[in-house]
Amino acid sequence: MTLVAQTSNQPLIVWDWIGRNLANIWDRTVEHIVLTVIAVGIGIVVSVVLSLIALRWRRSYPPITWITGLLYTIPSLALFTFLVPFTGLSLLTAEIGLVSYTLLILVRTMVTGIDEVPPAVLEAADAMGYSRRDRFLRIEVPLALPVIITGVRLATVTIIGLVTVTSLIGLGGLGYFILRGLQTFSSPIGTTQIFVGTALSIVLAVSADLSLVGVERILTPWREKRIG
Amino acid sequence: MSNSPMIELIDVSKRFAGTDADAVEHLSLTIEQGEVVALVGPSGCGKTTTLRMINRLIEPSSGKVTVAGSDVSAVPLHELRRNIGYVIQQVGLFPHRTVEQNIATVPSLLGWDSDRVRSRVDELVDLVAIDRSILQRYPSELSGGQRQRVGVARALAADPPVLLMDEPFGAVDPVVREHLQRELLDLQARLRKTIVFVTHDIDEAILVGDRVAILNTGGVLEQFAMPGELLAHPANPFVAGFLGTDRAIKRLSLLPIDGSSLEPLPPDGIDYHSAGAIDIGVSLKEALDAIVSGNGHHVAVFDGTVCLGVVTIDMIHRRLAG
Repeated sequence: MTLVAQTSNQPLIVWDWIGRNLANIWDRTVEHIVLTVIAVGIGIVVSVVLSLIALRWRRSYPPITWITGLLYTIPSLALFTFLVPFTGLSLLTAEIGLVSYTLLILVRTMVTGIDEVPPAVLEAADAMGYSRRDRFLRIEVPLALPVIITGVRLATVTIIGLVTVTSLIGLGGLGYFILRGLQTFSSPIGTTQIFVGTALSIVLAVSADLSLVGVERILTPWREKRIG
Repeated sequence: MSNSPMIELIDVSKRFAGTDADAVEHLSLTIEQGEVVALVGPSGCGKTTTLRMINRLIEPSSGKVTVAGSDVSAVPLHELRRNIGYVIQQVGLFPHRTVEQNIATVPSLLGWDSDRVRSRVDELVDLVAIDRSILQRYPSELSGGQRQRVGVARALAADPPVLLMDEPFGAVDPVVREHLQRELLDLQARLRKTIVFVTHDIDEAILVGDRVAILNTGGVLEQFAMPGELLAHPANPFVAGFLGTDRAIKRLSLLPIDGSSLEPLPPDGIDYHSAGAIDIGVSLKEALDAIVSGNGHHVAVFDGTVCLGVVTIDMIHRRLAG
């Protein structure tokens, strides 16, 4: 309430500031996207490897989910603080943290997606004379795609939110504005920065999610026309 | 080759890991080229296991299976399976592929060029009576009957000499099932494949099978004979029980009216209204039905508009005895 009283005669958002800082806002947005794409990209590659291991050697699946689950539960702030002494205030630090948060979701959905392929379809594929490898690549993976893409959507949205935290190590994309805004919270410039950082990362998350829905539609046309 | 059996199971046993009884026990079965053999029995009789040992979806614990004279364990797996069509109850169409792509599965795996695949799909569409308008649809958009037809077309795509069918019509409603059974018989009359057909329905087995193998729990073969023989002379109480209490009626459904042994029309003519009339093409079961729902003595048999004579209760009785 005091905050409102103090600032009541000042505008909450300084539109001028936004106009003056367009170039910076653009750069931070691009940085945000780049950090996200790298994290999700590497996350997918690592998760594919982990999922293949889990599918090939079933007994490795519980430990894999246990470890990725543990990584997922570590508070992000703590993880970045822990990594800095080893890898410094670097892109590497940011990405190690971000990638580790994608693994649980991605591995889970990849393995579940493959597991949920109907047994009758697998039996038919075997009986048609598919080799084990062809069956996996041409039947199981395509049929698992809807579940896998759901995982990628979840991971992407999670990472877009988490990137704001990496601003603490100087690589935060739009988190930069949120952090700066918090430091000068009582000024209208501060609230404007928080607004810009928050609003744009929400916009990024929603657009990323919608584009991935679009990708799913294109990759799995067979799901669209389902009756009833 | 035409005289040697198409499929032979020689003293085949299967025990699944972790079980202490055989699913199939010392089973020997010889299936000739071009015949339909129905494997029938209660659940747990190993009929599906037996079927799957033919295309090695299941490996026997002991014994030998041959197809077209070759030991199946010596043939490369994919080669063996691409020469054996396979149809299952759940159909197992690939949900991410169109009807056309599903039908083309095995030809594509065999590396046929696209023109050859397309013309083969075209043939199959006519063969199993699929509407061309569904070719570009996905399986989720089809009715149960359509899926089953597509499943049969896919199994026949590379023109395999052998077709394995595991309760293929189990998941469709009775009306569609009867339709599909008739279509299969029509198809078989033209194609002369060697078909092994698993069902738990004895009526279906009798209808589609040239020979019927009745299996008991643990994969024990109780009797293997032509349907008429099975119904006339069940080998033991199990077979008799499995065939049901209406064995005589079932047999009649297999017996055609013998046009040469009809009795002449009574000299004073016949009252068609009370006697009823049937076509020469129907079975004695329908003749009996017409008699008992008519005058109780006889029924007139027609070939088109010509009356050939009558079938009497006595005649039916003699046919069953003989």
